[in-house]
Parts: sequence; structure tokens; C-alpha cells
Amino acid sequence: MLEVRGLTKRFGGLKAVDGLDLDVAAGSITALLGPNGAGKTTSFAMVAGFIRPDAGTVRFDGADITGWRADRIAAAGMVRTFQITQPFAGLSVAENIRVGAFLRTGDPDAAMAAARETGTRLGLGAFLDRPASALTVAGRKRLEVARALATAPRLLLLDEVMAGLNPTEVAEIVSMIRAVRDAGVTILLIEHVMDAVIALAERVYVMAQGRRIATGTPREIAGDPAVIEAYLGPGAARRMADA
Amino acid sequence: MPSADIVIAALVNGLLTGGVYALIALGLTLIYGVLHIVNFAHGSLLMVAMYGAWILSAWMDPYVALPLMAAVMFVVGWALYAGVIGRIGRGDDRTILLATLGVAVVLDNLALVVFTGDTRTIETPYSFDMIELGPLLLSTPRVISFGVAMLLACALWAFMALTDTGRAIRAVAKEKEGARLVGIRPARIFALSYGIGIACLGAAACLLLPTFYVSPQVGNVFVLVSFTVVVLGGMGSFPGAVLGGLIIGVTESLGGLFLGESLGQIGISLVFIAVLLFRPAGLFGARA
Amino acid sequence: MKVYLAVAIAALSPFALGSQFLVNLAVLTAFSAYLGQAWNIAGGFGGLTSFGHAVFFGTGAYLGAILQTRFGLNPWLGLPAAAAAGGLVGFVLGAAVFRAGLRGSYFALVTLAAAETFRVLANSLEITRGGLGILVPGAPGFWNFQFLDRRGSYAVVLALLVLAMACAAWLGRSRFGARLIALRENEDAAAALGVDLVRTKTLALALSGALTAMGGVIYVQMFLYVDPTIAFGVERSLEMLLVAMVGGAGTLWGPLLGAVVLHGIADSTRVLIDKPGIAPMLYGVLLLVVIAFLPGGIAGAFRAKPARA
Repeated sequence: MLEVRGLTKRFGGLKAVDGLDLDVAAGSITALLGPNGAGKTTSFAMVAGFIRPDAGTVRFDGADITGWRADRIAAAGMVRTFQITQPFAGLSVAENIRVGAFLRTGDPDAAMAAARETGTRLGLGAFLDRPASALTVAGRKRLEVARALATAPRLLLLDEVMAGLNPTEVAEIVSMIRAVRDAGVTILLIEHVMDAVIALAERVYVMAQGRRIATGTPREIAGDPAVIEAYLGPGAARRMADA
Repeated sequence: MPSADIVIAALVNGLLTGGVYALIALGLTLIYGVLHIVNFAHGSLLMVAMYGAWILSAWMDPYVALPLMAAVMFVVGWALYAGVIGRIGRGDDRTILLATLGVAVVLDNLALVVFTGDTRTIETPYSFDMIELGPLLLSTPRVISFGVAMLLACALWAFMALTDTGRAIRAVAKEKEGARLVGIRPARIFALSYGIGIACLGAAACLLLPTFYVSPQVGNVFVLVSFTVVVLGGMGSFPGAVLGGLIIGVTESLGGLFLGESLGQIGISLVFIAVLLFRPAGLFGARA
Repeated sequence: MKVYLAVAIAALSPFALGSQFLVNLAVLTAFSAYLGQAWNIAGGFGGLTSFGHAVFFGTGAYLGAILQTRFGLNPWLGLPAAAAAGGLVGFVLGAAVFRAGLRGSYFALVTLAAAETFRVLANSLEITRGGLGILVPGAPGFWNFQFLDRRGSYAVVLALLVLAMACAAWLGRSRFGARLIALRENEDAAAALGVDLVRTKTLALALSGALTAMGGVIYVQMFLYVDPTIAFGVERSLEMLLVAMVGGAGTLWGPLLGAVVLHGIADSTRVLIDKPGIAPMLYGVLLLVVIAFLPGGIAGAFRAKPARA
């Protein structure tokens, strides 16, 4: 469904993303991992149309969407959430979700009905008429996903949706994401919370310093020396093997 | 087609005016560079400073009053930021913008109430003196104003580059949190920088008064000019403010020459719009 | 429901007044509210804080005056022409500015420069009679929008106000309005949900401009004179902004409340201390008070505080 080739972005003299290749199969859950500063969020931003790539291509369902604007990509069926949640603070939870629903219908009542249904499905039923600014962190994460889901996407990009959640909340979001995938949405997620990755991801890509350093199932990459070194420093792999 | 002499005279006069524009713009660009706010009250505060200089002119020549006016306006600016703008602003761009607008409206109309709408001018013994520079006949006070403005610009640059306080200001402008970590207090620096920016207006007022009039609306005249200069030069850039000031001074002068008194004023707003649309970073500004 | 009834009664009461002076006050207040609501559509609902809305007002005013004095077209035709012109100016300005990615303070400055540009043009061109301005001949009659009895003017202004309120209400319950409000709250999030930022902002500015320009036509019919400062001056731009911000930007009733409060201040100060500048100065103070303590304006003060979940 998603095919990224040679994606590159330079900021001044720094290569934030250096020739990234990535494939996301339809109906799968794919994870993008890597230590902080690896270039994951920058890659997301380029794929979803928020930053222009300096080089490389992004193909979505066969169509070349490289350089398309974010709203056009969203309309085409690929929607992202944000690492730091971005609720529409002045609006209620339902009104927030409705903005997403409006991508598929022009009728305010139909959009609100769809929004309420999506919100309830994601566990926000009790908060639909409360202001979005009143939600807890976990609630805001659900809202991010609900808003994106209301656009009826085919591919959902989740940026560190588990960050800041306690283990119970993580487990709840994990089952929520699984349910979303089972309903037919392909998922690409950036994540640091390993439990979530192992529970969800079928395929994992690991980035470090802008480049892809490993790819495989969660089990495969967990044992990959290059991955261990990226997170724990040079020589760590050998030290762990020796220990 | 005007003769070369007239064009050159217009050019030089434009440069002279541009020097004072540069000083006004320096204050504005400093405020933007450090506080990241667009100070809509800039024109109104210049007007207040000009009234101050006008009042003082009963006792001292504007050029003599300059250090005093600069000091007074520094305090006014510092107090205005610490007491009003900084308090109300709460860090939200739109709120700060409206706060400076509110201050401008209050000051403009306060002046109208206190001084009435009459324009006032002063006369100094050298008001009509001329200096001969080759084929050109230049107004003495305007030459002096230009010279002093350029001197002050250099002094301000030296202050920013060479003193500890100047370095602290530049640190806060570049990286507020980092500056805080090394013991600099951003809140104090903000008020200080705003004060310095307004002190520039105190100086500029004294330089303008010998050749310009003062009225409650005079602030409005300078608002668009100073913003055009800063946008042209690049928000936050010192050399940009100086170069921009000179360019705008010349644009205004040549515009008046070729398009006539009335239509000539359009040059500035058109430059402004053009820069914002095609090169918003200005000549020296950081590229987004 | 009760609110609507009360407002309707208040709105219709000037027709029952005997005093032309009081009716005139009502006309001016309603007119302010109309312009404030027009500004509100872009500045309040869209967060596009414009400091130069007079650019639209003056376009409408001059167009109406010129069409009448030069071409004999009566103001009924002037209204749609002004709406089209105002909308066009808004569209062009918006398309240029928003495509360049300008927002916030920069947008405010551009609108200021645009109004100033038009002022200079009006002051210099022959068709607008430069600094002399245009005098519209007094010829009372329904087709001229000129009324010997001020209540006629009030009816016209009231009709326009209802139109503006309807537009604002439409924003509150349409897809376009929801998208406009969303991008005001958070542009990135809105784009991520498929909102075309440039197109939405530009259309909002065009709508706001069209409404404002129509106000210009009516102004000329009520005061029979327009000049560059009346049309494009900073005072005109600021009054629209103040009415909306003080009353509550982004709300339906805000501009109404703002107009009533500001005109109340203007009229009472005129009685107490009749000096030019007192009222506008108080407006400035009020603006500062509102943004410091009442972020939602006066209308926002009436709204209950949201409960924490």
C-alpha cells in the first residue's frame, strides 16, 4: 500500500533522513523504531505531506504522492496523528472528531453522527460533549486517533501514540489499534514502547541517524546487533553477547 | 524627466531621512529579534517621544535633549513592557499583537485629548541652514540627524556585540531556555530589550523634531514605514534595519519625485507587500 | 428561545421611538454591529486578525459613490457590485497572502498596508476625485436608500445586520465553518484532516470582504460623502476590529454586544466630556482589559466555564 524509496531530507548541513526505503503491506501493522533523533518523525512528516522531501519518492496505492500537500494526501486516504497531541482546544470532543468526518460528507448532521459513533467506538463516549482541552493525556491520544479515523482512512500513521501512558492505558490502546486494523485500516506506527511494538507489529523497520539499519519481525530485530548498538551504544552488542 | 541634479538631490535627501528611519527600525527589529513580537505601539511611542522632545524644546535644543529623551523613553518602554504588555501577553502571539495595538490606540487618543489635533513644529536657530556638498544644497539639521543616527546605530551594535548585557540579550534572542540555564533571566531581558528599543525612539524623536512636525497622528505615518524597513531588512537583523532604512528613505524620496507628492507615498506600502509575498525573510533575515 | 425573542424586541423597538436622535443612535449602533460581524467572519471565526478591513469598506463606499454620481446607477445595484468587488479584493489578497504562508502578525501588517495603498490611490486618482472626495446628491427616496425618516435607514441597516448574523450562524453549523474554526484552532491538525488551508482562509476573507463592502455602499447613502480617510482610514479598520474583539471574536452575538458597549461609551462620554479622542481611548483601554481578563470578550464572560474531565 505504501512504498517509500530513497527518502531524504537535509536541514542545513544535517541529513535528518538519508535514503529511507520502506514498504507497508495493505492490512498490516508496521512499526518504525529507532532512538531519538533517528529521523522517524521527519520521515512521517514527509510521507504525510507536511515537509517536502529533498529526494526520494512516496507511492500510495501505486500513485506517486511525493510532494503532495498534507490535506490532499489526507483526502486520498492517508492520515497522520501527532506525537504531541493537537486537539482543537476550543471545541468539544465530538466537534473535534467531526472535522475529520467532514472529509467524507458535507452534511453537518451526518458528520456529527459519524463523529459520535467513532468517538464512542474508541471509548470517548462519556466525553463527547466536553471540551477537548479537558481530556487527560490518554483521552487526547484516543481523540487523535478518533479524529483521524473519522476521515475513513486506508492508511493511518500513528506517531508515538503510547507516549506518556501507563501500562493499563497502553494495553487499552493496543487493543484499540488492533480493532482498528481488523476493521480494515492499514497502520504504520512510530513507537518507543516495546511492549506495544511486540504485541502489534508484524513488520518492523529500525532507523538510526537518518538511515534504515534493520528490518524484520520484532523478534528478529530485537536480536540484531546493529539495533542493539543504535540504542545502547557501540560495543554494546558484543558486551551483551559476552555477558 | 527630472534632471540628474534633482534626482541626485532626491537620492541624497532620501538617504538622510533613511538614516533616521534606520534608527527607528533598529528599535523595532531589536524588539522582534528578542521578544518575537511585532510592536504595533512603535509609531505611537515615537509620537509620545516627539511630544516629549517638543515640550523639552522650551528649555533645550532637541539635539541636546537627546540623551535625556533616550533615557526617559527607555524607562517608559521598560515600564510599559513590564507592567502592561508582558503581563497581558501571556506568550500568545495574537494576544501580544492586540496588546500592542491596544497600547497604540490608547496613546494616540490620549495625545489627542491632551494636546489636541493641532500639528506643532519647533524652530531652531539652524532650522534653515544649509550645507553645500558639491552641487548639492543639503539642510543642515537633516545632515546632523543622519550623522547622529548612524553613530547611535554603531553604538547600539557595539553594545550588543561587546558588552555582557548585549551578549545576554543576544543569548535570550537565540535560545531562551539555554540562556535561562546559564543564569540569565529572560523576563528581565525582555523588559530591558523593549526599553532599549523604545529608547531608540527617544533619540529618533529628537532627530526628527527640527525638520518634522508633531501631531497625535504622526505615529501612524511612521508605523508602516518602520515595519516596511524591518520586513525589508529582515526581522531581527541589525544591518538589515540600517540598509532597509536607507533603501526606504530613498524609495520614498524618488517615489515622490517621479510619481508626485500624493501617489509617491504608495511606494512604501507596495515595497512592503512585495517583500512579504516574494521574500518574506527580507534581505538579511533567516530563511524559514 | 427567550434570548431570540428579547433580541428581536430590542431590534424592532427603534421603530416605535419618536425621537429621530435616538433612532439615529440605533442606526449607528446597528451599523457598527454589522461591520463588526463582517470582520468577525474572517477575524473571529477564522482567526485572521485583520488591521486593514477598511480596504473592503472603502472599496464598496467608493464603488457605490462612483456608480451613482458617474453612471446614475442606484444603490440597489451598487450593493451587489460592491459585494462582488469586496469579495474579489478579499479573494486576491487572501490567495496571495495565504499561499505565501503568511499569518498572524504578518497578515495583520499586510492588511494594514493594503488599506494604506488603497487610501493613497483614492487620494491620487481622478476617478475618486482625490482628496476632495465624492459628494452624493441628496435625493430621498426608497430607491436611493435615502430616507428623510431615519427609521428607513434603520430598516436597511437592520436587514444587513440580519444577513451578517445569518452568515455567522451558517459558519457555526456548516462544513466550511467547522473547517475554518478548526484551522483557527490548529492549522497542522486541520491539514492532517484534509482541510485545504489556503482555500478555506481565502474564501473566508472574500466573504468577509463582500459583506464589509456592502456596508460601504450603505454608509455613503446615509452620510452622502466619502473621502480617502473616511473610506480607508485606520480608524475605520480599528472600529470593526474593536467591536468584534470586545464583544467576543468568533461568537455569534459578540459583535452585537461589542457595538452596544462601544457606542454606549461613545455616547455617554460625549455627554460628559465632549473632547475628541476620549471615546477611542476608552476603546483601547477596553481592548486591553478584554484581552487581559476576558479572552472570549463580553460574550465569552456569559459562557459557563468548562468543567474538567
